[in-house]
Amino acid sequence: MQKSFKILLILSILFSLLIFPLQAAAPIKIGAIFPITGPIATFGISSANGVKMAFEEVNAKGGVLGSKIELILEDDQYKAEEVANAAKKLIERDKVVAIIGEVASSMSLVLAPICQASKIVMITPTSTNPRVTLVGDYIFRACFIDDFQGTVMANFVYKTLKLKTSAMLVAVTSDYSKGLAQFYKEAYTKLGGKIVAEESYSEGDSDFRAQLTKIKAAKPDFVYLPGYYSDIGPILLQARELGITVPFGGGDGWDSPKLIETAGKAAEGCYFSNHYSPESQDSKVQTFVRDYKKKFGETPDALAALSYDAAMLLVEAIKRARSAEPSKIRDALMSFTKDKPFRGVTGTIYFDQNRNPVKSAVIIEIKGGKQVYRATVRP
Amino acid sequence: MENIVQQIINGISLGSIYALIALGYTMVYGILRLINFAHGDIYMMGAFLGYFALSFWNFSFPMGLLFAMGGAAVLGIIIERFAYRPLRLAPRISLLITAIGVSFLLENLMVLWLGASPRPFPQKIPLEIYFIGNIVITNRQIIIILVSIILMFLLQFIVLKTKVGKAMRAVSYDKETALMMGIDIDRIIALTFAIGSSLAAAAGVLVGLYFNKIDPYMGIMPGLKAFVAAVLGGIGIIPGAMLGGFILGIAEVLVSAFISSTVRDAVAFIILIFILLIRPSGILGKYMREKV
Repeated sequence: MQKSFKILLILSILFSLLIFPLQAAAPIKIGAIFPITGPIATFGISSANGVKMAFEEVNAKGGVLGSKIELILEDDQYKAEEVANAAKKLIERDKVVAIIGEVASSMSLVLAPICQASKIVMITPTSTNPRVTLVGDYIFRACFIDDFQGTVMANFVYKTLKLKTSAMLVAVTSDYSKGLAQFYKEAYTKLGGKIVAEESYSEGDSDFRAQLTKIKAAKPDFVYLPGYYSDIGPILLQARELGITVPFGGGDGWDSPKLIETAGKAAEGCYFSNHYSPESQDSKVQTFVRDYKKKFGETPDALAALSYDAAMLLVEAIKRARSAEPSKIRDALMSFTKDKPFRGVTGTIYFDQNRNPVKSAVIIEIKGGKQVYRATVRP
Repeated sequence: MENIVQQIINGISLGSIYALIALGYTMVYGILRLINFAHGDIYMMGAFLGYFALSFWNFSFPMGLLFAMGGAAVLGIIIERFAYRPLRLAPRISLLITAIGVSFLLENLMVLWLGASPRPFPQKIPLEIYFIGNIVITNRQIIIILVSIILMFLLQFIVLKTKVGKAMRAVSYDKETALMMGIDIDRIIALTFAIGSSLAAAAGVLVGLYFNKIDPYMGIMPGLKAFVAAVLGGIGIIPGAMLGGFILGIAEVLVSAFISSTVRDAVAFIILIFILLIRPSGILGKYMREKV
């Protein structure tokens, strides 16, 4: 009896010695919530890849502040209730210090109040609706906002393409789509352009012929179509079937290889505003594109790049704060300035008072079944 | 004017799809007094069967259509045999709840297997566009309307002119007496499910061709709308289901064209409420008192 007790004691001392160094470098837990399945799954997968790649790079170099970063990834299927469940799980059970996500603005608007209430830093890589970061002082984003994106497109259409009348087809179920349409309309009419038709649809619809027939009757020079790629493909196909030949254009929601796959020739000569172009000659972009291709076997889209930047922003902030306390990470994120910005793949970033980054946009044309870089627009 | 004609063409193409799905609802209701809520999901399964046949096994379009119809017929028989037949003597509400369960089961099995992402449907028939003045009609719209009408006439023929059809009508009229007359009720019911399911599958494949997009949840809305179409025309009546489908398709397109596209989905249900208030037995239905 006594002997076994002694052995147990020795063993437990040995084990505690083993555990001790492990405890000193407990991993920093960071959560991520993306729509890995569901109607915008390519967005979720690209974003998850970007985040994974960033953290693996950091961990390979020994992590931050001597700790590795542990990524806890959740899939929300692009459903509001799943976003809320995942957020509660990450915060209460996993005790993460920050959450990267969501992709879509409608979903980020569900996630933001939960993070704000628990005082956890949230950084959405891609949600462009202005209301997202207005939820509170713990909510950040890595992308520009709709305001800017809609204006950029209106300028491009009116000034560069010289098209003076536009129609709009808007997804009424999406905050993202409605936001873009509103800012496009404001900027376009201010320039002197005319909106000749305004139609709407619900995400996930499959028959758009009624609306498109009306748009055709209005004879616009250009159709603004802010939405996500899964709806854009069928819309473009049906528009071409009905004999609408003018160019269509949209925002970063178009950025998916699936778009060209579904729309095929119907997408030729269309334009969209985006966060970055993989064709850019910037060395940071080139390294990122090369490493990403090696790892995942495809060219990274803007979502992958933004998510990579969002993850790196967090790492940089933890380094600057010398702590993984959410409140200190928050302060460190706000400490980037115009002269000393964060340098990411999608451009330089520092935050304004609403925690929106100040950065540039690019315009991409779909040509020959490929995305071709057209222009960079600075704020 | 051109605009209205164009919209009506759009509406008829959409309506013929609702009509095909509604036929299955109506047949099953006519015979079993069961609203088969899994019917919309059989339509989805049909679309996927067509998808596999066309893209992986490289069938031609007509063969793919027949394959999907055959596969869905088998699926319909299996569902009837294992989910509905054991409950045939149970209260009707249990059957209804089981149908909803089967619906969720099919959707979620497909999500588990293939993921929820929509996928493009193989475009086996190259698109051709015909202009009549300024009005556009595509070969796909013509195919959809033609195939639907042929299938509907075929169904009418089976029900009215064949021995099996006679047996179906007998079972629908009075199950017990039909049994006493020597009709194999189980076989007739299984056949009804097979025919109804294959029509839904045909609609699924045609929709794939028309919209170029299929996903595991695609059956929910069209399923509900086809149900409304069946009620609108008079549930249990085959020409009623066709009429209801066309009316619904045209109404939907005209509403989104001339009122607002946001109320498009609401239209079907507003029509449902009105028809239930004004003429509960549907346009072609006769008023019948429930047997006590």
